[in-house]
Amino acid sequence: MDKVIFLFLRRMRTPLMVLIGAYTLAGGGLLLIPGVDEHGEVWRMDIFHVLYFLSYTATTTGFGEIPHDFSDAQRLWVMFSIYLTIIAWLYAIGKILALVQEPAFKQAMGYQGFDRHVRRMQESFYIICGYGDTGSMLVKALVQRGHRVIVIDKNPERINDLELMDLISHVPALVGDASISAHLRTAGLRHALCQGVVAVTDDDDANLKIAITVKLLNPTLPVVCRAHTRSTQDNMASFGTDYIVNPFDAFGERLTLALQSPGLYLLREWLTSVPDAPLPRPVEPPRGTWILVGFGRLGQAVKQGMKSLGMGTVVIEEIPERADPDGPCLHGRGTEADTLQQAGIANVVGLLAGTDGDANNLSCLMTARALNPDLFIVARQNHCDNRDIFKAAKPDVTMRPSEMIAEAILAHLSTPLLARFLQLSLEMDDDWANELLSRITAVTDEVVPEVWLVNVNDKAAPALVRLLQEQPVTLGALLDATHAWRDSFNCVPLMRVREGEALLTPGPDTDIRTGDRLLLCGQSRVADRFHHLLRDVQALRYLVTGYNRPDGWVWRTGSRRAPPGATGHTN
Amino acid sequence: MSLEKVFFGFFILLALTLNFGFVLGEFDNPDHHNTLELLAVIIVNLVATVLKFGDRTQTGALLLASSLVADLQLFAAAVVWTYAIHIHTGGMDAMFMASIVSLAAGALLANIVSVVLVIIDTVNLRR
Repeated sequence: MDKVIFLFLRRMRTPLMVLIGAYTLAGGGLLLIPGVDEHGEVWRMDIFHVLYFLSYTATTTGFGEIPHDFSDAQRLWVMFSIYLTIIAWLYAIGKILALVQEPAFKQAMGYQGFDRHVRRMQESFYIICGYGDTGSMLVKALVQRGHRVIVIDKNPERINDLELMDLISHVPALVGDASISAHLRTAGLRHALCQGVVAVTDDDDANLKIAITVKLLNPTLPVVCRAHTRSTQDNMASFGTDYIVNPFDAFGERLTLALQSPGLYLLREWLTSVPDAPLPRPVEPPRGTWILVGFGRLGQAVKQGMKSLGMGTVVIEEIPERADPDGPCLHGRGTEADTLQQAGIANVVGLLAGTDGDANNLSCLMTARALNPDLFIVARQNHCDNRDIFKAAKPDVTMRPSEMIAEAILAHLSTPLLARFLQLSLEMDDDWANELLSRITAVTDEVVPEVWLVNVNDKAAPALVRLLQEQPVTLGALLDATHAWRDSFNCVPLMRVREGEALLTPGPDTDIRTGDRLLLCGQSRVADRFHHLLRDVQALRYLVTGYNRPDGWVWRTGSRRAPPGATGHTN
Repeated sequence: MSLEKVFFGFFILLALTLNFGFVLGEFDNPDHHNTLELLAVIIVNLVATVLKFGDRTQTGALLLASSLVADLQLFAAAVVWTYAIHIHTGGMDAMFMASIVSLAAGALLANIVSVVLVIIDTVNLRR
């Protein structure tokens, strides 16, 4: 607030001086000029009356001539002083209004408000740098899941968009360059409750700078970054950025996974999509020769994946410098029928429309489909606003870089163990994936399941820890208890981590110990109930053992005489 | 030499000298203290206050504070004077004059602090 007050005072110097000067001049004249009262005696106004008179004339109220009628000389001076003081007031008021309207002043006020909000933050929060397509998706999803978020973006229009968004909790936003360390500090980089920084601006250099700043100023804070080139990615990884998303490489890997094992691909899609959305359909891209239109970052990543599977590619690229050094490559835009025919469209199985222009990608898609209706088409959608037309064009797979980044980051922030699970799942085969998929389908009711983590410790699951002290509990018993309680759907255990060692898809006989971490998936409703049950000792004990132990001192003392037969019995 | 500094020093010194001139004289004798002089002291003090606006240094803050103290004391003196002349039925007497002059003397102290601060600041600059 200091800065704003000083700015205000400094700018008020001239208007206030003008006001003091005008009052002094007008008042001095009134004090000096003599008047004649009704008895013919000469009188002069005193200071009190001058001030009173000026107060009501200068503010255009006007009460008349006091204490006696004025002489003509006084009236002449009064006329002059009225104009003088009114102009002085108008000038001062105009200055104040202009100052309040001034962008610098407004910005200073906004900055102060933001600073106050951040300092008074009571809950843990994330800092999101960049509020573009990715940033806005991320903010919306995080807020919906009950996280607090702080946004920095240098474009004021985007911040206006944020203010118009209908979000459940208030999101403090700062207009400024997030790569400047002072802005990050104001946004709460060193705040005790800051949980992490997400750098998703569309500028690789800015993201890099943010990552470095965070690692230098608050080394323990996790930082998640978006990178568009391999070199930036390596650079970020070199100083310990916790998680880096490169949408093009990630998509290349995903498409390769889909080609290699559709089951594993679908599993990954289901577990990383936004919960409660419709389940993604299975995709089975055919193996064979593909046409890659556009050989930028995406084209190269996809080509690399296909090469590793021994598939052939034909590249169509407009810019000669980016031509594919090994393998067939045509020069052209890929939107005309003859280029596509030259590439042998009749004999290939799939096509990637992966340039950075949405119109070109759509045009390429439609031309290709007219030439070969059986073609498997992957289209890249660069801008959020084009969602409708891409939906209408019906490519087999749509690649949306901003959405992919948002999903990946969200999965990483909300359940860090999920990334480990997905990594480990790559070593499993397609049958394992298909079996798991059918189990998930049975519990989710056609929507994307929620994946949640259970830390078996005093803080997150006090009831379970207490029950484990009394008797061993198996995973199956725990899940059956949830299932029986209020008759909800069941959930599927994905992984158990004990002392750093992971066990994929643990069976019902797996035992649970204090200190374990469980990764589960199921409907979001079930997740809530599950968390609730883990805190309710009575309910959990009853559901697991079938024995309702009396609680409270009187009942416990009473029941001690008749030892319960149910103790030690596992369900 | 900058004109702004001259202006600044001029008003701060003038506030002190006028204030001193007003206080000078027999303590409770209304004949020794002129109302117009008090008016001049108030106006010059106001100008000095406005000139001190917007300085973020420690000295600047102290200067502004001393000026605000002087303004407050002088306003109180002016209000007492107005009350004595226009509202009090007995008119101006020695008791009223004494409180007016003592208030103005308080303002004089604040103005002395102002001038001393300005001098200290200037001396430090020379080093």
